[in-house]
Amino acid sequence: MTTMISYVFLQHYWWMIISLLAGLLVFLMFVQGGQSMIFSLPGNETQKKMIVNAMGRKWEFTFTTLVTFGGAFFASFPLFYATSFGGAYWVWIAILFSFLIQAVAYEYRSKPANVFGQKTFDIFLLLNGALGPFLIGTAVATFFTGSNFSLDYMNSVKWGTGWHGLEALLDTRNIALGLAVLFLARTNGLLYILNTVDDNDLSARSVKRLVLNAVCFLVFFLFFLITLMLSAGLTFTGGTPGIVVEHYKYLHNFLHMPAVFIIFLAGVIAVLAGIGITIFKGSRKGIWYTGAGTIVTVFALFLVAGFNNSTFYPSVSNFGSSLTIYNASSSYFTLKTMMYVSFIIPFVAAYIWYAWKEINKKKITSEEMNEVDHLY
Amino acid sequence: MIEHFDMSLVDWSRAQFALTAIYHWIFVPLTLGLSFLIAIMETIYVRTGNEEWKRLTRFWMTLFGINFAIGIATGIILEFEFGTNWSNYSWFVGDIFGTPLAIEGILAFFLESTFVAVMFFGWNKVSKKFHLTSTWLVAVGANLSALWILVANAWMQNPVGMTFNPDTARNEMVSFWAVLFNPVAVDKFLHTIFSGFLLASIFVLGISTWFLLKKREGWIAKRSILIAAIFGLISSLTVVFTGDNSAKTISSVQPVKFAAMEAHYYGSENVGLTAFGVLKRSGKKIGDKEIMDFAFRIRIPGFLSIMTGGDKNTYVPGIEDLVYGKEDSRQILSVADKIRQGVFARDVLNHYKKAIMVNDTGQIRVIKNEYFQDKKFLNENFRYFGYASLMKPEDAVPNVALSFYSFHLMVILGFFFILLFIVSVFLLMKGSIAKHRWFLWIALLSIPLAYIASEAGWVLAEAGRQPWIIQDLMPVTRAVSQISASSVMTTFILFAILFTALLIAEVSIMLRQINTGPKHSEDKL
Repeated sequence: MTTMISYVFLQHYWWMIISLLAGLLVFLMFVQGGQSMIFSLPGNETQKKMIVNAMGRKWEFTFTTLVTFGGAFFASFPLFYATSFGGAYWVWIAILFSFLIQAVAYEYRSKPANVFGQKTFDIFLLLNGALGPFLIGTAVATFFTGSNFSLDYMNSVKWGTGWHGLEALLDTRNIALGLAVLFLARTNGLLYILNTVDDNDLSARSVKRLVLNAVCFLVFFLFFLITLMLSAGLTFTGGTPGIVVEHYKYLHNFLHMPAVFIIFLAGVIAVLAGIGITIFKGSRKGIWYTGAGTIVTVFALFLVAGFNNSTFYPSVSNFGSSLTIYNASSSYFTLKTMMYVSFIIPFVAAYIWYAWKEINKKKITSEEMNEVDHLY
Repeated sequence: MIEHFDMSLVDWSRAQFALTAIYHWIFVPLTLGLSFLIAIMETIYVRTGNEEWKRLTRFWMTLFGINFAIGIATGIILEFEFGTNWSNYSWFVGDIFGTPLAIEGILAFFLESTFVAVMFFGWNKVSKKFHLTSTWLVAVGANLSALWILVANAWMQNPVGMTFNPDTARNEMVSFWAVLFNPVAVDKFLHTIFSGFLLASIFVLGISTWFLLKKREGWIAKRSILIAAIFGLISSLTVVFTGDNSAKTISSVQPVKFAAMEAHYYGSENVGLTAFGVLKRSGKKIGDKEIMDFAFRIRIPGFLSIMTGGDKNTYVPGIEDLVYGKEDSRQILSVADKIRQGVFARDVLNHYKKAIMVNDTGQIRVIKNEYFQDKKFLNENFRYFGYASLMKPEDAVPNVALSFYSFHLMVILGFFFILLFIVSVFLLMKGSIAKHRWFLWIALLSIPLAYIASEAGWVLAEAGRQPWIIQDLMPVTRAVSQISASSVMTTFILFAILFTALLIAEVSIMLRQINTGPKHSEDKL
């Protein structure tokens, strides 16, 4: 069996795993989306408490997925880890700060003697809720729009600007994806609240906000998608020169990989269906459609970024330094070893699903907020 | 770990990583040990059905939760700082180091995070048995996550199971099992998790004795002491055993660190182990580094030789031998020779990379065949690749005073903890523990000592490895990301403020919860 597994296959396999983790991460950022509304959505303190506890029981999944996403990237494409983290320093540090304050905010906000007061920790949740998805979306947009860096012959990165990643905020396409991810997270957050919290007034408020957030998401997402389809990208030729500019690169990627396009389309339809059945039919199961759609859409977008000889981390200042799944990956041996490890993922997914189901089988109610002693 | 606070990029990067690691390690050992203690307590509750045991379990679980969140928060920073601050290192070793990190995420973190939600929120939602299983899985998950990161760290202390690929200019894994069962990894994992168990036991013991001092929560305090003392005694004895193994391994794979731990400068046979010592400046130097002498010490004759080689005639090389070499039958290569070997390896690599750049296929083939596929070159030159970056031989010597004191502080406190647990069990069995207030105070005041011992262990591991980030292959100066020192200084200050603020909040919340005691949980049920 092992002799049949080629290095190229493993590089594609691991890019798919990374893409899947990215999809899961964006879906699980419904936690951040919910956090970003803890001051604006609830009508009273009990509703706020219910929102925080609904999100708080899932924050570790998002956190763990982010850590695993980073770990898997380090293990399978270490040159990306070295180049992006070491180069776009300030963007990643800003993301880290926003997650650092999130983790403690849930546990400390309602505890007596928390020194800084509940409001401080709620502001931490708000900051993470707004900045986390926006910055991650902006950082991921550079997978398409490129960054200003070069690598020397020992693969040491030299960043082209003193802003070390913050310059990504000057590109409207990056901003658009950042905002699209933020509004998607908020949309998913609202759908999750509708699914998990049993409170009529809060539900009505959530549906009202869902319309606005869904529209904002669609506007920014479509802007990013259209500009992406019309823009040029870098292609790895395998010859000399190794990397060339290709007009309509990402449109070509969809056309050359119809299966990816169908997956992408199915994902977008599922996202819209989840929003639609909630707004028009009053369903509370929209999160499952939109959630699945989010995972699938992001998965397909990552495949577009990495497959079909694309440069998944393009350098706009030195094309030759751009990263592809071929030049940035770990060795054959490491990718193969980790492939065996990845076989455990379905088992992990199964126990997560089971535990999630057990915890969520009773909806969160205002009464519960006065009964349980481990509350956020 | 932080020896020079100047404005250089390397020093600020080291300072930032050290800051994060030190803060992270305040919280992790308690998670490792308390998770098992809680699981044991809940098991007793499920088996006996006694609601008092449930109350006791929930009390410690509340403290666990407060500590757990901040441990996770600092952990994510640490993981990503490998990339943000040590990008050259990340590429040089990512092929090996990344794998344990990824496995840690897939295998351990998800186990921990999935079932910790059940543990905290599932009391009234899932069956007793499912809840108990979740609590045990949290403990297993937490300790499994420690395994993988310690495997990665062990590889930095003793790089094995890899080969250098000149085409990619990095080390690549050739044996996963060699990396996993690296002798340093096995010792390090066992020593670290049992030291976490020990710390958690002292935490439980100390807080319980505080309840006895305040004459409250007697039932819960005595049972907590019993479990903590037995668990702690077993753990502390295991820590001694694994520590001894660890020291033996260090003596063979990191002899300079081993010599620095003992401030052992001149090699000889029948070398005594310093049980206690105070260092002073001797006025003599090795290169530009001051040689430390003993102002006072208590030695166990011949024991260092016995520890390393099994008998007192074993020769234990000192720092001077290891720096300047010994050309007798012991054949210790000098650092100057290693630098020459490393420079040669680096030059060969540079020639190879230049040949690739100009596409000189003949030269590429020749260099590859004559050097990179030649075992002699790999064993005699490439293993010293990192030495090419040292300016002078004395640079290979870590901070001796820091290594010596951190090691001896850890060991002395370790033996004190054994005594503490033995006395706890004895007094508890006599039924008179509450009457011995002097002992209750000692147990309470031992809590910070456990943290000091635990941090000292990591200071030794990391500061003792200097100047290397990967032993013999890459010095820290070569590993750092090329960002401005002022950027790292700024983030260092931001992290320092934030970590400190969160630690203050954590301690304040913890103290309030302890003061409130377990009854509070029951009142709210």
